[in-house]
Amino acid sequence: MADHAGLEVLRTMWRIRVFEERVGQLVRADEVHGLVHLSVGQEAVAVGVCGQLRTDDAVYSSHRAHGHAIAKGVPLGRLMAELMGRDGGLCRGLGGSMHLVDVEHGLLGATGVVGGNVPLALGSALAARLLGGDQVAVVFFGDGAVQGGIFVESVNLAALWQLPVVLVCENNGFAEFTPRSAHTTVERVSDVVAPWHFDRETVDGNDVVAVAEAFGRLLSEARGGGGGPFLLECLTHRLRGHYEGDPQHYRQALAAEDWQELDPILRLQRLGLAEGWLDADAPARLEDEAHEEVEAAVAFARESPFPPPGRTTELVYAR
Amino acid sequence: MTTYLQAITATLAEAMRADPRVLVIGEDVAEGGPWGATAGLAEEFGTERVRNTPISEAAICGIAIGAAQSGLRPVVEIMFVDFVTLALDQLVNQAAKAHFMSGGQLTVPLVLRTQGGAGQRGGAQHSQSLEAWLTHVPGLKVAMPSTAADAAGLLAAAIADPNPVVFVENKTLYFRDEEFGDTVVPLGRARLVRPGRDVTVVALSRLVHEAVAAAEELAGEGIEVEVIDPRTLVPLDLEAIVGSVARTHRLVVAHEAVAHGGFGAEIAAQVQEAAFDELDAPIARVGAPFAPVPFSPPLEDAYLPGRAEVTAAVRALLGCPPGERTLGSAP
Repeated sequence: MADHAGLEVLRTMWRIRVFEERVGQLVRADEVHGLVHLSVGQEAVAVGVCGQLRTDDAVYSSHRAHGHAIAKGVPLGRLMAELMGRDGGLCRGLGGSMHLVDVEHGLLGATGVVGGNVPLALGSALAARLLGGDQVAVVFFGDGAVQGGIFVESVNLAALWQLPVVLVCENNGFAEFTPRSAHTTVERVSDVVAPWHFDRETVDGNDVVAVAEAFGRLLSEARGGGGGPFLLECLTHRLRGHYEGDPQHYRQALAAEDWQELDPILRLQRLGLAEGWLDADAPARLEDEAHEEVEAAVAFARESPFPPPGRTTELVYAR
Repeated sequence: MTTYLQAITATLAEAMRADPRVLVIGEDVAEGGPWGATAGLAEEFGTERVRNTPISEAAICGIAIGAAQSGLRPVVEIMFVDFVTLALDQLVNQAAKAHFMSGGQLTVPLVLRTQGGAGQRGGAQHSQSLEAWLTHVPGLKVAMPSTAADAAGLLAAAIADPNPVVFVENKTLYFRDEEFGDTVVPLGRARLVRPGRDVTVVALSRLVHEAVAAAEELAGEGIEVEVIDPRTLVPLDLEAIVGSVARTHRLVVAHEAVAHGGFGAEIAAQVQEAAFDELDAPIARVGAPFAPVPFSPPLEDAYLPGRAEVTAAVRALLGCPPGERTLGSAP
């Protein structure tokens, strides 16, 4: 990995990690509201994918959307303000954690309905093709989404119409509170789509280099008019519960030493140090910088007022 | 002269000629569909813009929403309103809420064309009138044209609208030969179908024609019925309805859908909130019984509300003189 690229990837991963850990604290302090799903441990997928996209490439995310948003370039202050339900939030306080949208940065939607975002990405891909653009659409979903009917409907249509879309599955092994093995006999999501014969790959989703290399190949095919769809399955680990406050009775916590081995940030830092593009003091510096950015975002969000009462009815219909 | 169906086909073609972003998506649309609503469009505009799909209502609807968010103006066809059930997550959770949840960043200029109604021995899964469900979802608009002119005019308005519009046609009206109007009909403006001084009948879709037939029958007895077609349920032209009630002081709401929880209940509620003092009698509802649409022809014929039910409701209201309002259920 080139020096600059590696540093930027690491910087964004730290930004996501620190942001989300801060969100977890703010949930417990009742400053961030509602159902909040953190992606701590899954940062390599967001950054390995979104880091290679253009601003005008549409990204659709799931209920676990903060990392994707940050990796797509969404400003932290407006993101935090949205999580706090403030007027200065991305969606003016009407969306919340599960419904993040930032059109300016190509984040066209996150959804609280598992699997419901997949056909939307196909629609954006179709629009790009019919309007003569070379944009590629990307949709993130978990392994839990794959057992829904709309996933199969969407995969079939994307293949039939050869749409420039990359389906990115974050397979963290758990659909909410239940392991994949209790929901399906098909272990790999990439096997689920095998009958359609499009390019698909399963990678170690905690290895950002592997994610980036695999996604880069699929992206260049999609961008180059090589048809589609494509599927990238990233095997990863959700360090925290399904939602903040989840007591996680359904699984054993990972041992600290095992997490040291798996943590995508520590792995990239070990690689950077070994390859010589990372100074020994850089990790601490990057983490500190992330804390500064996140604290500035918290301050921005706290200063933003709650939306005026009339907001609820004024944006039901577009004019 | 033209038919309701030809009016729809012509309006789709006109919209596609005028705007390259308009496309048609649905099952069998390139072949024209079961009634021919999209006949000839694939020949003129090609199959990239007139896209046949597999039988995947949820994905079709979702793709159209994504396309609408990204600059296209899709017109989706769901062959029977009964199958809109399969697309409701996309329609209710995505299309209806995208503008709102994004704080106004996204718009979904989508038209979902579908058709409902019984009378063709289709049985309980191909004959329903489900429009009331859709009117319950903030963010959707709902149109129900009863004539060829309104089908054309409302469809043109729906395609031009920046919001998701569910456009509910009626299969038994498709081949009525009528005057063709080619003017855009704004969403949210009712039509005074027939003026009358004694009773107002607000009727939806097929029941508009039944109400007119009832009015003609009653006119022979000296009873003058005013018939109003709201044309769109969301937005609803309450002003036109209340204005009529202020003249006639009696109201019947009539639709083919099951009366229980039907849109007539909403109209009745809004009218009594806005104009209770204008009413000289309880508001009467005409609708189907609380049962699925039966298959057997005599049962289906008996199930369907029509001219006779509207006529009976009007007579019952007039038998309820001013000042002697009855408590309890409508006559």
